[in-house]
Amino acid sequence: MAINTDKNGYTVLFAVIMVVIVGSVLAFLASGLSDRIKENERFEKQQNILYAMGINENTPDSGVNFIPTDVVEAKFTERIKEQYVLVDGNVEKDDQAFLIDVKKQMAAFKSGDEARLPIFVGEKDGEEVYVLPMYGKGLWDAIWGFMSVNKDMVIQGVYFDHKAETAGLGANIKLRFFMDDFSGETLLKGSSYAGVTVSKTNNDPLNDDKQDNEVDAIAGATITGNGVSAMIKETLKAYKPYLETIRNN
Amino acid sequence: MALLSKKDANLILDPLADNNPITIQVLGICSALAITAELQASFVMAVSVIFVMGVGNVVISLLRNVIPSKIRIIAQLIVVATLVIVVDQVLKAFAYELSKTLSVFVGLIITNCIIMGRFEAFALGNGVWRSFLDGIGNALGYGVILIMVGFFRELLGSGTLFGYQVLGDPIAKTGLYAFGYENNGFMIIPPAALIVVGIIIWVQRSRNKALIEEA
Repeated sequence: MAINTDKNGYTVLFAVIMVVIVGSVLAFLASGLSDRIKENERFEKQQNILYAMGINENTPDSGVNFIPTDVVEAKFTERIKEQYVLVDGNVEKDDQAFLIDVKKQMAAFKSGDEARLPIFVGEKDGEEVYVLPMYGKGLWDAIWGFMSVNKDMVIQGVYFDHKAETAGLGANIKLRFFMDDFSGETLLKGSSYAGVTVSKTNNDPLNDDKQDNEVDAIAGATITGNGVSAMIKETLKAYKPYLETIRNN
Repeated sequence: MALLSKKDANLILDPLADNNPITIQVLGICSALAITAELQASFVMAVSVIFVMGVGNVVISLLRNVIPSKIRIIAQLIVVATLVIVVDQVLKAFAYELSKTLSVFVGLIITNCIIMGRFEAFALGNGVWRSFLDGIGNALGYGVILIMVGFFRELLGSGTLFGYQVLGDPIAKTGLYAFGYENNGFMIIPPAALIVVGIIIWVQRSRNKALIEEA
């Protein structure tokens, strides 16, 4: 090769050309695919909300099976009766509430700013269930999910997900053996919103006691488990004004 | 191996055994520790690295005469990072489920020192076809160890393989668990991976004495 690749001018030129090429390839790709990616994310949210209501394709021994993406939108509009946002203790109607970025709103709530917290009212076995989004942190990064409760504050189902928890340990919060334990647990202790704690010492691995406000923890995932407990507590705190009104109805 | 000359075939076969990137060159240990608690994660990581290494080595080999030596490491990093982002975006658009399983590993691929190591040691000085074979070979060698470690850690730590309970149900006490067997929780934490990798290194070197370095 005749080019002298050691010259400073060449080095700078090479760097500039490489950055321009790589930058345009990535920008082109990102804008070309963004619609598809957004659609996938929307479907996923709908699947998660429905899953937390117990609407899924699970069989007793299966893993987590969502409603398939091609029918999820129809199923979502069929089963979710109303979507609301909770702003400053007041409930407003908002048909696009499921598109709200819960991360931002929960952060606003924690810092005492005005937050728009979404609520989904669905119907299951003739009874109204209320699906609340959750957002918190695990060991490495964010964890989030949805839980559905009935008017007696008994959990009807949950869905958890995470960004980067350890595979085989914290990442197992999105497996059925963990999530299924939450169904039927009560969030109340007396009249306070105690939530459900992920406990290492509850001596109830089969989760027979649904009144103890505890589920069995995953060995090796203490911090992720604590994150789940804290996330549930935080959600209850944020949604307390709304939960009070449905309890008193 | 009629498709490849003997020299080319060795590019693929050597890293699988006597020049394995993990057990002999001791590269890529970090991801071998981090993600081998489950067989599925090991498998997915192995496949991703095979793709990135194969394509990355080809790109670097094509550019080997024009990359200025002063900024070659940065140029290599850009190639890996770009490939990884492309893979990530395409998966998110067309295979969303898979992209969710992969999410953690995609970032880890960029930091995998085997990739940079092969760019630097091989692709910068060799032709496209040989670089491609070298990339695939080293990624396979990496993947084989990952899957071996994942196999033992998941089997002994959780009693499952690919998520299926192969030793019985630990809570209902069926299968092996009925005889008092317990899962070894130590196997799912990262230090266990170091021990499993150590045992593999030990077995390998006791079978082939030529691999033992002089003290």
